[in-house]
Amino acid sequence: MTPDPTVVRLAGVEKTFTLPDGAPMTALTGIDLEIARGEFVSLIGPSGCGKSTLLRVIGDLTPPSSGTVTINGKPAHRARLDRDYGMVFQSPVLFEWRSVEDNVRLPLEVAGGGRAQREARVREMLALVELADFARHHPYQLSGGMQQRVAIARALSFSPAILLMDEPFGALDEMTRERMNSEVLRIWAQTGITVVFVTHSIPEAVFLSSRVVVMSARPGRVTRVIDVDLPRPRGVETRENRRYFELITAVREALRGNDGHEPDAVSDSRLEAEGFSG
Amino acid sequence: MPPSPRRGRSIITLVAFLVLIAIAWEAAKFIAGNPWRIGEWVWDPPFRVSFVSDLNLPHIWEIVGALADPYRRNAEDSLLVFLAGKALYTWREAAIGFGFGALLGIGLAIAFVHSTILERAFVPYVVASQTIPIVALAPMIVFAVGASEGAVIIVATYLTFFPVTISMIRGLRSPDPRALELMRSYAASRRTVLWKLRLPASLPYLFTALKITATASVVGAIIGEGPGGVADGLGWTIIEFNQTYITGPEKLWAAIFVTSLLGITFYAVVRLVELRVLRSRPEATAG
Repeated sequence: MTPDPTVVRLAGVEKTFTLPDGAPMTALTGIDLEIARGEFVSLIGPSGCGKSTLLRVIGDLTPPSSGTVTINGKPAHRARLDRDYGMVFQSPVLFEWRSVEDNVRLPLEVAGGGRAQREARVREMLALVELADFARHHPYQLSGGMQQRVAIARALSFSPAILLMDEPFGALDEMTRERMNSEVLRIWAQTGITVVFVTHSIPEAVFLSSRVVVMSARPGRVTRVIDVDLPRPRGVETRENRRYFELITAVREALRGNDGHEPDAVSDSRLEAEGFSG
Repeated sequence: MPPSPRRGRSIITLVAFLVLIAIAWEAAKFIAGNPWRIGEWVWDPPFRVSFVSDLNLPHIWEIVGALADPYRRNAEDSLLVFLAGKALYTWREAAIGFGFGALLGIGLAIAFVHSTILERAFVPYVVASQTIPIVALAPMIVFAVGASEGAVIIVATYLTFFPVTISMIRGLRSPDPRALELMRSYAASRRTVLWKLRLPASLPYLFTALKITATASVVGAIIGEGPGGVADGLGWTIIEFNQTYITGPEKLWAAIFVTSLLGITFYAVVRLVELRVLRSRPEATAG
């Protein structure tokens, strides 16, 4: 018996928003993409290319205007109700009134289930992100990187089929970011989870991914998919590997090739501010 | 919560402030009040302002003395004990009204946040309710439920629920949209979102409103006691001392002092509960 290795299947996905003046704005068009079990796929592109929107479409946080999103053979909506998604955003969005362990426990509380099992799972997750000693701390007592690790532990707590990460390290300093990259690879290798990772950073995308999906703006579409054949496990040496630099150049050129002009004024963040992405 | 030097300093500030008021009070009487009782040949004030005369503004020690004296001739209890009893009675009414008002306010806010139709339909009436002067409404309430403690509690409730409603609408909507999406990705029900996210997130807003309404409920109870015909509380006592103001202003001043002490105490209790409940959110407990 060989289960279908495809976890995410996007077919002809389009997303159109209506601007305040009533004009339609195509955020995504003609997206076809398949992601296999255990893959680490990055979405990269200029501001406004709809990469965050695409992630939200995959996670059923916003419906596509047309096309289909299938997760493990199920419609995305069904997958969300089955709790197949773990989400990590750019800000950790920890609940400030909950301690670290209570934050990690939150999805398990929502899902229900046995207490003993739950507690064991919380401990396991905190050990996974190496924060066992901080279980009873409160979010304000942690650094940004630690907060984001709590967010990752929380996202993984109910063993989702797929981890969706939306620029999770965008707000961190470069040093912390590199450390978090290694951290996330370790967790990925340990859990074997499928990851879809949105980023602005070319080195980050290359370092982490098995495939980099390059997108262009106006309308947002996939222009190239680049296989990253760097050996694993990846570490400090990877960043000094010649192949690493070649791939970075390849992604950069793919990004530049898309456009030929500067990214557009309508960015993801502006769309979000105006409430179009919800 | 670590014992901070800030708390000690704030107590010193408060005491210094009270001393300053006392000095200003007596200074005003000294330069513009009536002659001191020791006689005009000792000190004749250069100005005469009737507001600070002994008929209006008693000396602080007279107020303190009145508090220590029997509250009326041949009475066993001192005025302080008498007023403390009244204050406790009024506080009970105020606290019940405060509780009902808080529950009503929270309930309305939850309904409004979950139903745009309800919000559109009822918020204008909630606002309008607060434009009706309580003195006009109190007799109606008394007429409806009878002259009783119940009427007083309704008045206190009425003065309490509005700030809670408005703050809680804001508070229940305060969660980060990402936090709501997170709950969505957990396939959480609306009820779960309310319990695990919206209500905890709204607590700082709730306490802001409760600090306002702690004092408002005391005022409401005092106002309600007049038309409510409840003679056991501060309201009736204040009315009584008003009538004897000419002969003994220090009694009314003593009652005012006890009343504000009651309000401050109630506020402080709410504040302490706030510090305890919100101790994991240091940035939310300032002020």
